[in-house]
Amino acid sequence: MKVDHALRALDGILRREMLRSLRQRARLFSAMVRPLVWLAIFAAGFRSVLGLSITPPYQTYVLYEVYVVPGLAAMMLLFHAMASSLAMVYDREMGSMRLLLTAPLPRWYLLAARLLASVIVGLPLVYLFLFVARFWDVRPPILGYVAVFPALVLSGLMLGAFGLLVSSMSTQMENFAGVMNFVIFPMFFASTALYPIWRLAEAGRVLATIAAWNPFSSAVELIRFALYLRFDMVSMLVVVACLVAFFLAAVTGYDPGRGLWSRRGGEG
Amino acid sequence: MQILTTLLLVLVFGPPAAAETIYVSNEQDNTVAVVDGATMTLQAAIDVGRRPRGMALSVDKKTLFVAEGDDNRIDVVDLAKRQVVGQLPSGADPEFFVVHPDGKRLFVANENDNQVSVVDIAGAKIIGTVDVGVEPEGMAISADGRTVACTSETTSMVHLIDATALELIDNLLVDTRPRAAAFSVDGKQLWVSSEIRGTVTIFDTATRAQTGKIEFEVPGIRREGVQAVGIEMSRDGATAYVALGPANRVAEVDTKTFTVRRLYLVGQRPWHVALSGDQKQLISANGNSGDISFIDLENREVVKSLPVGRGPWGVVIGP
Repeated sequence: MKVDHALRALDGILRREMLRSLRQRARLFSAMVRPLVWLAIFAAGFRSVLGLSITPPYQTYVLYEVYVVPGLAAMMLLFHAMASSLAMVYDREMGSMRLLLTAPLPRWYLLAARLLASVIVGLPLVYLFLFVARFWDVRPPILGYVAVFPALVLSGLMLGAFGLLVSSMSTQMENFAGVMNFVIFPMFFASTALYPIWRLAEAGRVLATIAAWNPFSSAVELIRFALYLRFDMVSMLVVVACLVAFFLAAVTGYDPGRGLWSRRGGEG
Repeated sequence: MQILTTLLLVLVFGPPAAAETIYVSNEQDNTVAVVDGATMTLQAAIDVGRRPRGMALSVDKKTLFVAEGDDNRIDVVDLAKRQVVGQLPSGADPEFFVVHPDGKRLFVANENDNQVSVVDIAGAKIIGTVDVGVEPEGMAISADGRTVACTSETTSMVHLIDATALELIDNLLVDTRPRAAAFSVDGKQLWVSSEIRGTVTIFDTATRAQTGKIEFEVPGIRREGVQAVGIEMSRDGATAYVALGPANRVAEVDTKTFTVRRLYLVGQRPWHVALSGDQKQLISANGNSGDISFIDLENREVVKSLPVGRGPWGVVIGP
């Protein structure tokens, strides 16, 4: 694998992702509106939910709007990752993915490039949301916006790798509805995005345990801590470990020689 | 470059806070918590009498007076030694009091005796009493030292007392269950908070007519949950801060327009608030959550809530 060749491929993939993302105005718009609906309407009804306890990294009592913003940023990454995985299925069915995978570059590299491109394309919207959230008095320190960048990239990669894995296992693009029901919603709701662990523990030990082990929770907490200039080592390790595991599994799944494709036989 | 470095430091660590000490009376712990204002950490707890609530610094700021409601006395705390070095009589159930600007006398509200006791500090004796309404609580003294205001919770009045003759000058009807009273910095207004109505009524001290009323609304909290208690005036006279009790908020009020500029979310049931010497930090003592909240007034945000003990009530900032 030559470096300039590899970079050219990355450049091509990145451009393709950007062009596609910019052409999908409706998707861009809904990606921005979704967290704002949560913030403006859902969070408004829960304003006083957290007035009882101080949850790190916060040093004082916070309104629910403040609590939920990092979770909504992670939700944007999650939806983006899953939408991107839907695109992957589409690509595969329409053949462009297969064309990409025939490039004389290692498959893992092409998939990693696709993953990175997808995250980079998704980040500006997350930043836009974080700045818009200032109008709801969610005002983390200015440096927090810098510190949150690596946290967003890592979380985005981890969720993207998870999306790749999901897409490598699904056969049709109609499956996205199933992905919504069985992946996005459980991951999002059974996490610390909407409620801190202590609040979930009040509802039930099992739910709290699931949320604690949910890698999405780690992504949320990594983002939350970084936004307030704190570093959450455990969350970072979980996110990195999950990124590696999901990515390796996805690469295996995309290998026609060994993975699921061969088992599916002549289909597609 | 140096500006940039300073800016970076400020961004990372926040603006340097003044090296002041915060004293908080813990009503249920029978202690006065000592908190370092710069590091926002708990330094010590001074053991005092039972049910400490109202506090005030001596004029030379070397001594802290603490009203002990269940011991019917006022403890004298030496701030250098951080211990009780003496006691003053106060009359029954002292809840709140003020130090006369001459530094020689205390005016104490005796909640159970329906009177205000005047205490001579040097002689450690009560030199006079003034009868007021039922359950006197809030106390304020004008900057010129001539007028003392005392609110009575059950009578719902504010009583004006001549500080020299020790006689009642006037009684003004206010909203239900008045808690705190405060004179404006220029002495032209008297502010009285009402716990049940959740309002602050403003009187002109010359004409004794009501000139304004502030109502507080907190989104998401029913009206009965919004109760006005402690009041603190900024030194420049432009702003007043009002603790809103069970609404868990401190309101920032424009003293010219009588409008609420913003609300700060603090711990549960703030009773009293105090401003730092540089007027950049406001501290609220939160009775139910057992902590104090630090409000950065420059950046307009609550930066930290620090546990200090059970039932924080009064807060005083000293050197």
